[in-house]
Amino acid sequence: MFQDILISGLINGGVYALLAIGFSLIFGVARIVNIAHTAFYMLASYALYGLLVVGGVPLLLAIPLAVVAVVALSLLCYKLVIEPVRQHESAVLIATIALALIFQESLLVSFGGHFLGIPNAVEGVVSIIGVRVSYQRLIILLVVAITLVATWYLLNRTRLGLAIRASANDQEIANLMGMNVNRVAMYTVGISVGLAAIAGVVVAPVFVVDPLMWLSPLVTMLAIVVLGGLGSLKGSLIGAFIIGYVEAITVFAVPSGSYLKGAVALSIMILVLLIRPEGLFGVVFEEER
Amino acid sequence: MKALLALPQWLWAQLRHEVLVLPSRSFVLIATIVLLALPLAYDDPYVLRIITMTAIFAIFAASWDLLAGFTGQVNFGHALFFGVGAYTSALLSHHLGWVPWLTLPIGAVVAMAAGFLVGIPCLRLRGSYLSLATLAFPLILTGLLFAFPDFSGGELGISGLKRVVIGTIGNYYVAVVLMLVLCFGMWKIGDSHTGLIFHAIREDEVACRASGINTTRYKLLAFTLSGLFAGLSGALFAHFLRVAGPSSLEVALSFQVVIWAIFGGVATIYGPVIAVFLLYPLTEILASIEVFKEIRLLMFAVIVLLVLLFMPQGLTPWIRDKIELVCPRCKNRSGFTRHQCRLCGAELR
Repeated sequence: MFQDILISGLINGGVYALLAIGFSLIFGVARIVNIAHTAFYMLASYALYGLLVVGGVPLLLAIPLAVVAVVALSLLCYKLVIEPVRQHESAVLIATIALALIFQESLLVSFGGHFLGIPNAVEGVVSIIGVRVSYQRLIILLVVAITLVATWYLLNRTRLGLAIRASANDQEIANLMGMNVNRVAMYTVGISVGLAAIAGVVVAPVFVVDPLMWLSPLVTMLAIVVLGGLGSLKGSLIGAFIIGYVEAITVFAVPSGSYLKGAVALSIMILVLLIRPEGLFGVVFEEER
Repeated sequence: MKALLALPQWLWAQLRHEVLVLPSRSFVLIATIVLLALPLAYDDPYVLRIITMTAIFAIFAASWDLLAGFTGQVNFGHALFFGVGAYTSALLSHHLGWVPWLTLPIGAVVAMAAGFLVGIPCLRLRGSYLSLATLAFPLILTGLLFAFPDFSGGELGISGLKRVVIGTIGNYYVAVVLMLVLCFGMWKIGDSHTGLIFHAIREDEVACRASGINTTRYKLLAFTLSGLFAGLSGALFAHFLRVAGPSSLEVALSFQVVIWAIFGGVATIYGPVIAVFLLYPLTEILASIEVFKEIRLLMFAVIVLLVLLFMPQGLTPWIRDKIELVCPRCKNRSGFTRHQCRLCGAELR
């Protein structure tokens, strides 16, 4: 059981980390609470299904195509829907909720409400420290690790990353220093949704694909982001693994734990917030007026 | 004789000088009369049932506005209060066999207590942290309900509850009259001294504290009041549909109420009510037409999105600015037909 917890917590934590880091990025740079974030993750799963199973495109071509298509769609939505109302915080909020609903319903109409299966990229299982792990789950781990390193490199070692971090730190000063803040915000949307799309593509063969699959990771992701501190990437990463392991422990070690896994994870988030209202790694913002 | 005439005279004066001078208030008056008179003229049970549900959700949306719109504590888990009201009421009548007239107020009071309890951790949070953290509470309760299916009925919930009164028209009047009274009460709270402090907390909490106002107490008050009204609507909902299930705690319901309230215009009370009266029947009508049945939620989302792109403040503030003018001197409102402020005589426009 201990090994089960170890492996499944690692995999879930990795997927959550991809989602939470994307959400954090977009919040930090553009102050957008993007409820539709996991809806893009769902869209990527469906895009892969559409290309691979319905369209018959080979896997290695289908994966990048799905990711690119979802990112393009997100940029379109950002330009058409979010940017016109960005000054009104509440309007942005329900605009993203409405977007998520639109995606959910369009998928329901075009693919139906039943679960869809996507074949594994590589069949077979391998035994690690006594636990049988399918190759697909190993691929998830590998992709997550590569993506996380690539994101770290992008943010910390490139000019674009510097611009993103600068505008997350102080939008006005970044603007004064000659950065095109609006364009940086757009790049951030692209990167953030790209991370969600990669997560969606790799988990599609393992998790169930249905039009409501965005809701449960959404709640977990929000819990992680609040737990780690809004806008803090380090916090999101560590928070993701904390929640991933908490869920794994509840499922494997507590009776009727699969019902309670969400409740336990969320209770931990609230406990942490009671002690540190700004989350584990959040910065205490000056009162924004 | 004179004393007898005094009351109608006073009422007529109030009506003329407070209600009929403003187009928005006249509209509310007409809508109230239409709602109250509708079953006398037109008693199609399907329509009456839809309006009953609309009235129940209107209370719910207005209670969100009282908390989130006025105080700025944007609550993403408002379904908690709705669900607590529904489940308390249902459990009491199912396990103890109490009558609805008793379980409704108890459900509301328990939801009020839930509002108080949720308010305590939320005192330390602000802004987006608060919104995202509150999302957790209804989900924690759902998890607990699923873990004890013998007590709570699990995924099916508790069914076979008693109606408040027998008959469609009776239920219609219970819901509509309660809605009118409670929403007027909430509007009055928003207009009172307390409401002013709620506005101040949203605008600038630090300045509010610096003025000697105990903001902690007022924030808790907002949570408690909001929980009370939302709990009552949840209990009404359970007794009207005769079932209290986990769907009353869903994330979708929490989002729904946010959409209604922001669509209508926040910090107004009447905004969310009007939004529910437009959007809820709209989704029901779309569901009844064969062509739109599959895509009704899609249409709903698209309509909300389009309206928002043109009126980011919400629907009712936009309309209100068209039909009423704000006096530049005394900040009171006058009808759009006037050239001078009705109270201070300053030139409008």
